[in-house]
Amino acid sequence: MTLDAAIQFLAQGAQMFLVLLIAPLAVGVTRRVKARLMRRQGAPLMQGYRDLAKLLRKESVLAESASWLFRTAPYLIFALTWVAAALVPSFASGLMFNWAADVVALVALLGAARALLALAGMDVGTSFGGIGSSREMMIATLAEPAMMLIVLTLAIAAGTTRLAGVADFFIAEPLAVRVSLALSLVALVIVALAENARIPVDNPVTHLELTMVHEAMVLEYSGRHLALIEAASMLKLTLYLSLLICLFAPFGMAPAAAGIGGWLIGTAAWSSKLLLGAALLGVWEVSIAKMRVFRLPDFLGVAFVFASIAILLAYLSRGAAE
Amino acid sequence: MERPGQRVLGVYGLGSALGVLAVAAILATLTQAALALVYPLCATAAIVLGALDLQVLLSDGSLSGSLPLGLPTIGLRLRLDPLSAFFGVVINGGVLTASLYGVGLDRIELTRRVEPLFPIFAAAMNLVLVADDAYGFLFFWELMSLSSWALVVARHTDPEARHAGHVYLMMAALGTVSLLFAFGGLAGPAGGYSFDAIRAHPPGPAVAALVLAAALIGCGSKGGLVPLHAWLPLAHPAAPSHVSALMSGVMTKVAIYGFMRIAFDLLGPPSWWWALPPVVLGALTAVLGLLYAVLDRDLKRVLAYSTIENVGVIFVALGLALAFKANAFSAAAAVALTAALLHVLNHSWFKSLLFLGAGAVLHATGRRDLDGLGGLIRTMPRTAVLFLVGALAISALPPLNGFVSEWLLFQAVLAGPTLPQASLHFAAPAIGAMLALAAALAAACFVRVYGTAFLGRPRSVEAAQAHDVGAAQQVAMGVLAMLCILGGLLGGPLAAALSPLVTRIVGGALAAGGGPTPLSLVAFDAGRSVYDAPVIALFVAIASVTTLVIVHRLSERRTRRGPAWDCGFPDPSPATQYTASSFAQPLRRVYGTVAFSARETVTMPPPGDRAAARFSVVLVDHAWRVFYAAPARAVLDLSLRLNALQFLTIRRYLVLMFGALVILLAIAAVAT
Amino acid sequence: MKLAYEISHLLAGVMLVVSFAQLYQQRIAAVLNAFAAQSITLALAVAWAAWSEDRPDLFITATIAFLLKGVLIPVALHRTVTRLGVHREVEKVVGVGMALLVGLALCGLSQALVVKIAPVSAGLARDELALAMAIVLLGFLMMIVRRNAVTQVVGFMSMENGLILAATGAQGMPLVVEVSVAFSVLIALFVFAVFVFRIRERFDTIDIEALDRMRGDRR
Repeated sequence: MTLDAAIQFLAQGAQMFLVLLIAPLAVGVTRRVKARLMRRQGAPLMQGYRDLAKLLRKESVLAESASWLFRTAPYLIFALTWVAAALVPSFASGLMFNWAADVVALVALLGAARALLALAGMDVGTSFGGIGSSREMMIATLAEPAMMLIVLTLAIAAGTTRLAGVADFFIAEPLAVRVSLALSLVALVIVALAENARIPVDNPVTHLELTMVHEAMVLEYSGRHLALIEAASMLKLTLYLSLLICLFAPFGMAPAAAGIGGWLIGTAAWSSKLLLGAALLGVWEVSIAKMRVFRLPDFLGVAFVFASIAILLAYLSRGAAE
Repeated sequence: MERPGQRVLGVYGLGSALGVLAVAAILATLTQAALALVYPLCATAAIVLGALDLQVLLSDGSLSGSLPLGLPTIGLRLRLDPLSAFFGVVINGGVLTASLYGVGLDRIELTRRVEPLFPIFAAAMNLVLVADDAYGFLFFWELMSLSSWALVVARHTDPEARHAGHVYLMMAALGTVSLLFAFGGLAGPAGGYSFDAIRAHPPGPAVAALVLAAALIGCGSKGGLVPLHAWLPLAHPAAPSHVSALMSGVMTKVAIYGFMRIAFDLLGPPSWWWALPPVVLGALTAVLGLLYAVLDRDLKRVLAYSTIENVGVIFVALGLALAFKANAFSAAAAVALTAALLHVLNHSWFKSLLFLGAGAVLHATGRRDLDGLGGLIRTMPRTAVLFLVGALAISALPPLNGFVSEWLLFQAVLAGPTLPQASLHFAAPAIGAMLALAAALAAACFVRVYGTAFLGRPRSVEAAQAHDVGAAQQVAMGVLAMLCILGGLLGGPLAAALSPLVTRIVGGALAAGGGPTPLSLVAFDAGRSVYDAPVIALFVAIASVTTLVIVHRLSERRTRRGPAWDCGFPDPSPATQYTASSFAQPLRRVYGTVAFSARETVTMPPPGDRAAARFSVVLVDHAWRVFYAAPARAVLDLSLRLNALQFLTIRRYLVLMFGALVILLAIAAVAT
Repeated sequence: MKLAYEISHLLAGVMLVVSFAQLYQQRIAAVLNAFAAQSITLALAVAWAAWSEDRPDLFITATIAFLLKGVLIPVALHRTVTRLGVHREVEKVVGVGMALLVGLALCGLSQALVVKIAPVSAGLARDELALAMAIVLLGFLMMIVRRNAVTQVVGFMSMENGLILAATGAQGMPLVVEVSVAFSVLIALFVFAVFVFRIRERFDTIDIEALDRMRGDRR
C-alpha cells in the first residue's frame, strides 16, 4: 500500500471518528441554546459526553421477558447509524470510500436501524413499546415518499445519487437562486425533523404516554444498552445536519485532490456549520409547539407537496435550459 | 448455440426429471407407504431440472425439440431458452425447498390428498416454461391452475377452503380465457400458433394493444395485480403451508414469465405507451397490497397480501424496462430489467422462507391468528431467527437480498425523468413516491407481524406451549435464509450472471465489473451510483465488533433481570400488550379512512354497569365490491332472466329455430 | 439576463407555493392572509418584470395589484368576515390531503400542456405561462372544494392574479385594459360583498350547501 493510499485510508477513518466525537457536542449545543432561550442556565456543552459515560458505568437492567433480540439490537442499531453517518462526506468529498455513500443506501441503512429499534420496542411485551413502535413506523411511511422525491430532485439536478458527486456539483455551480432547491431544502428539513424525533414531531425529553414516540420504544433500556441507543440518536442528528450541509451548503469542503491543509480547512468549515445548524435547531424547537400525532400527516404532507413542486419546477427549468 | 451432446443431455435430463415426477404422482395414489417417497423424489427431480436450467442460463444456449402429442397437425413444441431457464431456476429452487419441508411433515389423512398432486403441480409449472407453442402453454397453464386448485381444496371440510377454491377457479378460468384471446391475437389471421411463427410476424398497434391488455388480465390475475387480486388472499392461506410457499413464491413467477414472454418476446418491438398499464397498475397494486396486509390479522393472509405487493413491484420494473426499451435507452432498460429479474429471484426465496416459517408456527401452535401468538422467540428459537431473516429481507433492508433489487429499481426510477414522453416522465416521480411508500409500509407490516407473533409475551396457551419444528423443516428454512443473506452480499455477481439474458432481451446490460471492488453493483457507471453490499456489511460488522469490544471493556458488564416498567400498575396478563390491530391503529387512522373507509366505534356501558365494552372496526373492501360483487350480481341477474328460455313451449322453440334460419339466409342473400 | 430570469422564476414559484398554502389553510383569516401574500408577490413579480425588461407601464399594474389586492381587498374582506360573524373555520368538501394531491396533478397538467402548445423559442415566457396557468387552475380548485362564499371570492380573485401573471409574461398589457380589469374587480367585490351580506341576513348562513337546499326548483 502506497503512502498516499495509507493517508487516504486514515482520512476516511478520521471522518468516522470525527463524526462520533462531535455528535454529543452537537446535541449539547442544541440543549444549551434551548435552555438559554427559556431563560435557564442549561447544562454545560460537554454534558452529552458525561451522560454517555455515566450510562456506560451503570448496570443494565433487563425485563424478565426480554429476549436476545433486545440485548443485541442496541449494538446493531449503533453500528448501522455510525456507518451511515461516517459515509456522509464531511470535510472532503473525495475520500477513499466516497463511492459507497449512495443516498438511497444511506436512507435504507437508517431504515434498518429503525426497524430493529421498533422490534426491540415490541420485545418486552408492554403497551409502551407498542405505542412507540407503531407510531414510529407510521411516521416512517409518511416521511419516506417525501425523501424519495427529494432524492429525485437532486438526481435530476446533479445526475447522480452519490453524495460526493452531488456535493461536487453544487460546489461547481454558481450560487443560483433556485426555487426548486429551496423547496427541497425545506422538505428535507421537515423530513429530518420527523426522522430525528424532534419537535414538532416528537419531544425528545418527554415521558408522557400520549406524547412519546422514540422515547416509548427505548423505555426499557438502561445501562450500556441505553448509552448505545442515545449515542445512535445523537449520531442520527449529526448525520442529518451533515447531509443538509453536504447537499445545500457544501462550500468549504475540500475537493478530491486536496492535501492536509485543505482537509483542515474543510474540517473547520464543516464543524462550524454543524454546530450552527444545531444551534438553529435549538431556536426552532423553542419557537414551536409539538403537534398532535394525527396532525403529522398534514405536516409531512407539506414536505411531500414541497418536494413535488420542486420536481415540477426542476422539470421546468430543465426544459428552459435546453 | 446448441451442441448435439448438450441437446441429448438436456432432453435426457428433462425427460427423466419429469418421469420421476410422474412416478411420484402415481406412487402417491397407490400405497400409504409410498407416500413417504414422494417428497424425496420431487426434491431429486427439482435438483436435476434446476441444474439443467442453470446450465442453459449460464451458457446462454437453448434446447428445443418437439413431441408428437397435442393437436394433430402441430404437435407439442418445447424450447428451453435462457429466459425459461432463469425462471426454471427460480421454480425448481422453490420446489426443492418445499419438498425438503414436506419430508418433515407428519403423514396424516390430509397428506393423502396433497401428495399425489404436488408432483403434478411442480411438473406443470416446469412445462409451462418450456412450452414453445400456444397450445402447450395454455394446456400446461390450465394443468398448473387445476392442480393448485385441488391442493387449495384439499382441506375440503373447511368452508373457508371451499370458498377460496370457488373464487380461485373462477379467476383461473378468467385468466385462461384472456390468455386464449391474447394468443389468438398474436397468431393473427395466418393462424400459426407456434411461438416461432408468432415471432415471425408481429401484430400492428391496435392488435398489439388488445393482446397486451389480454395478457395483463391473464397473467396479472395469476400474479395478483389489482383489481384481479381477490383470489390470492383467499387461496394461498387455505392451502397447506409448503404448497402456499410454492403458490406465492413460485406460481406467481410463472405468471410474470408469461407476461415477459408475450410483452418482451412475442409482441415484437415495444411502443412507449405499452409501459403505462403495467407501471400504473403495478404501483397501485404495491401500495394497496400492503395497505391490506397491514390491517389483516391472519398470519398467512398477511403474507399473501405481501406477495401481491411484490408482484406489483415486479410489474413496475417490467413496465419501466418496456418504456426504456421503446425509447432505445438500453442502459436504463438493463437496470430496470435486472431489477425485475433479481426481484423475481429474491421474492421466491424470502416469500418461501416466510411461508415455511408460518407453516412451522401453525404446526407448533395450531393457530394462524396473530392475536393468539406471541413470545415464540423463546419457544421456537431457530424458527424465530430464520423468520427474522425473511422479515428483514422482505422489508428491503440492507445488507439482505430484498434491498439489492429495490436499489436497482430506484435507480431505474431515478432515470425516469430522462424519458421524453410527457406522461412517462411525469409518472416517474409519482411512481417513485409510491414505491417508497410501499417500502416503508412493508417494513411497518413485517415489524408488526414479527413483533406480534414472535416477540412479547405469549397471548394464548398454545403459544406458550409451542415447540420448534423438526430437522427437515429447519434445513429447508435454513437453506432459504442462507440464500437471502448470500443474495444480498453477492448482488453484483448475480447481476453479472444475468447480463447475457438481459442483453438478449433489451440489448444492453449492467456494467459488469466496472465498480471499485469486484463484488460491487454498478447501475449505470461507477461515477453515478454504486451499491457495494459486502463493503457496507463489512463496515457494519467492523463497527459492531469494535463497539462490542470497547463497550465491554469500558462499561459495567453486569446485567440484572427485573420486571418490566409498568407505571405502578403491574399487568400480569399478556392481554394488555399491543395486539396486531393495535399496532395497525395509526396506519389505519392515516390510510385506512381513505383506502377502506375505516370506521372505528367504541360502545361503552354506562358507569356502574359491569358489562364489557366493545370496540369494533369496519373496513370496506371497495375492490371486492366494485369488481367482484357487482359483476357477480349482474351476471346472476342476467342469467335468471335468460333462464326463462328454459321453459318455453315446443312451438316457441320452433319459432326460435325458424327465426335463426331466416336471419342467416337473409344475411347470406344480402351481404355476400 | 440569467439573474433576471432566476428572480422572476423565484417570484412566480413563491406565488405558486402561496396558492398551495391557500388550499391548505383551515381558517378564513389565514386564507385571506395567504391571498394578500399572493397578491403582494404578484406585485413584486410585475414590478421586477417592469424594471428588468424596461416597461414602465407595468409599474402601474404592480402598484394597482399591491394596493387593491394586497391591502384594500383583504382588509375589506377581513372586516366583512368579522361584521358578519361568519364561522371561522372553512367548511371542506374534500380533505386537505386530497385537495393538495389534486393541486399537484393540476400543476403537472398545466406544465404538460404548455410544453405541447408553446414553441420552444418562447423560452422564459413559456415557464411563466406554465406557472400562471397552474395558479389559475388552483384558484378554480379553491372555488370548488371549499364551501364558504368568502373563500369562493378569494378563489376567483386568485384566478385573476394568475391571469395577470400570464399577461405580464407575454407582451404585457396596455394601461387601459389594466384599469378596466381593476375596476371590474372592484365592482365584482362590491357585488359579492353585498350579496354575501344579504344572504347572511336572510338565511343566517353563507354555507352554499345549505343555500343550495333552499333553491325553489329543487325537489
